[in-house]
Amino acid sequence: MFSYCADPSTLEGLTWLSCYLTTGKHMGFYMSFGTVLLLLAITAPTALAFGFVGATAARSRIWPINWIGKGYVAIVRGVPDIAFFLFFVIALDQMFEWMRHKVKCPDWDLPIRQGNDFVVCQAAKLPLGDSPQWVHEVYGFSLAILTFAIVFGAFAANVLFGAMRAVPRGQLETAEAYGMSRKQTFWRILVPQMWVFALPGLGNLWMVLIKATPLLFLLGVEDIVYWARELGGTANPRFTEYPHGDWRIWYFSALLVFYLGFTKVSEFFLEKLMIKLTKGQATTGGETQRKAEA
Amino acid sequence: MSCLQTIQDYGLRSVGYGQRLLPKEDFTLCEQFVLIGSGMIWNVYFGFFALIAGFFLATAVALGKASSTTWIRKTAEWFVLIFRGSPLFIQFFFAYFAFLSLKGVSSFFDPFTAAWLGALIVLFLNTSAYTGEIFFGALRSIPKGDVEAADAYGFSGMPRFRKIVWPTMLRLAWPAYTNEAIFLFHATTLVFFTGFPAWQQRGDALYYANYFADKTFNPFVPYPILAMYFIMMTLVIVGIFGLISRHLNKHLPQEARMTKRPRMNLIR
Repeated sequence: MFSYCADPSTLEGLTWLSCYLTTGKHMGFYMSFGTVLLLLAITAPTALAFGFVGATAARSRIWPINWIGKGYVAIVRGVPDIAFFLFFVIALDQMFEWMRHKVKCPDWDLPIRQGNDFVVCQAAKLPLGDSPQWVHEVYGFSLAILTFAIVFGAFAANVLFGAMRAVPRGQLETAEAYGMSRKQTFWRILVPQMWVFALPGLGNLWMVLIKATPLLFLLGVEDIVYWARELGGTANPRFTEYPHGDWRIWYFSALLVFYLGFTKVSEFFLEKLMIKLTKGQATTGGETQRKAEA
Repeated sequence: MSCLQTIQDYGLRSVGYGQRLLPKEDFTLCEQFVLIGSGMIWNVYFGFFALIAGFFLATAVALGKASSTTWIRKTAEWFVLIFRGSPLFIQFFFAYFAFLSLKGVSSFFDPFTAAWLGALIVLFLNTSAYTGEIFFGALRSIPKGDVEAADAYGFSGMPRFRKIVWPTMLRLAWPAYTNEAIFLFHATTLVFFTGFPAWQQRGDALYYANYFADKTFNPFVPYPILAMYFIMMTLVIVGIFGLISRHLNKHLPQEARMTKRPRMNLIR
C-alpha cells in the first residue's frame, strides 16, 4: 500500500509490520469485520420480527397456531444452536430448490433424491449455474442470515412471550373495561408496555447473538475466523513476500479483544437504554429513579 | 447386516472400539442412530466433567467477586469478563493454538492439544465463569435476615458460610444453574468444529451427524436424530437438577417450593 513496500525483503521492524498489515489479504480481513457487523445489523431486527410472530402465535387462542408457536420455541431451545446452523443451511437450500423445481419443471419425472444426490432441473438451481460469483456469495450470506433469524427468533419469541405475560393484568382489564377489542388491547396497551419487561432478556440475547457470529465460519461465509486462520497460518517464503511462522494465536487474540470490546460497548449502551425505558414505570427500577431525582 | 451387529461394530466407535472404518455408503437408519449415539459419549464426558469441576471453581469465583480484597476481586472480575465476553468458539481456537505453541516448548503439553484434555479445560473455565456470575448474583440476593439470624446464633466464618450462606446461594441460583448446565451440554458440540482434531474419526454426536449429512447430502435424517438425543439429554438434566432442587428445598413449605421451578427464559 505504501510506496516503500515495493520490496518487502529489505524491510525490518515497524516498517515491515506496516507493510504486512496493509496487504490486500489483510484488507479482506478488515472487510470481514464489516461482514460480521452487517450480519448483526440485518439479523437483529429480522430475529425480533420472527420472535414477535412466534410469541403472538404462542399466545393465540386457536390451538394449531398456539402449538406451532410453542413447538417452535421448545425445539429450537432444546437442541444445540450449532446443529441448527448446520441443518438449516442445507435444508433451506434444498427446500428452495425443491419448490422452484415443482413450479418450473412440472413434467420432470425422475426422483429428486437419487442415492446420495439431490437432483433438480437446471432452471431450478439456486443460484443459477451461470450467475456471477457475487450472486453465489450473496445467496450464501442470505441463507446464513435466515438461519440466524430462525434460531434467534425462537429465543426472542421466548423473551417476548414472557414480557407479554409480565404486563400488569390491570392494564389489560382497564382496556377491556373501556370497550377496546382484543386486537385494540393488544396493539395499543400490551405491545407498547411490554418492551421494558423484554429489554433485559433482549439485551442478553443481543450479547448471545454477538457471540454466535463466529459460527458464520461454519456456514461457509468468509468471516473473521476464516481470515484469521488463513492469515495466521505459517506463511512459506516460496508463496508470499511476507513469510512468518504460525501466528494464529496472535490473530485469535485480536479477535478475542474485538469481541470483548464489542461486548463492553454493548453493555454500556444497553444500560443507557434501560435507564431511559424505566423512567416513569411502575417497577422497582423506576421507583429508585424517582427517589434519586426527588 | 443386522442392527445388533451394527451396535457391536459402532456402539463404542467414538472411543476407538469396534469397526475401524466408518460406513461409506448405503447408510441404514440403524447405523446413523448407533454412530450418532456413540458420539454422545463425548458430549456427556465433556459436559459432565466440566460441570462437576466448574461447580467448585464457580463457587470460588463468586466469593472472589464478593471479596473485599481488591486484587482477588479484580482477578475474579477479569476472569468472568474474558470468558463471558468472548465467544466460546474463539476461546476454543485460541486455546488450541496456544497449546500448539506451548507444545513446541515442552512435551508436557502434548496431551493438551488433544480434545479430551484441551477442550475440557476450555469448557471448564467457560462454565466456571458463567456459573460464577450466576452464583455471585445469588450471593448478593441472600435475604439479609438469614445472615443476621446466623449471626445471632453465634455462627461465623466457615461454619456460617457452609451451613447458611452456601446452601441459600445454591437454592437461589438453582433455576439459572439448571439452564447453564443445559447450555453447557449444547456447547460441547462445538469442540470438534474448532481446531481440536477428531483423531481417527473419533468425534462427538454432531461430528457424526455432520459426516452423514455431508455424505448423503440429506440433512433431514441425521440432524433430527441428533436433536432427539439432545432433547432426551436435556430432559435427563432437568430431571436430575429437579431432584437436587427438591433436596435443597426440602425444609420449605410446599407452595414455596413450587415457585422455584426452572425458568427457561434465561440464556447465556
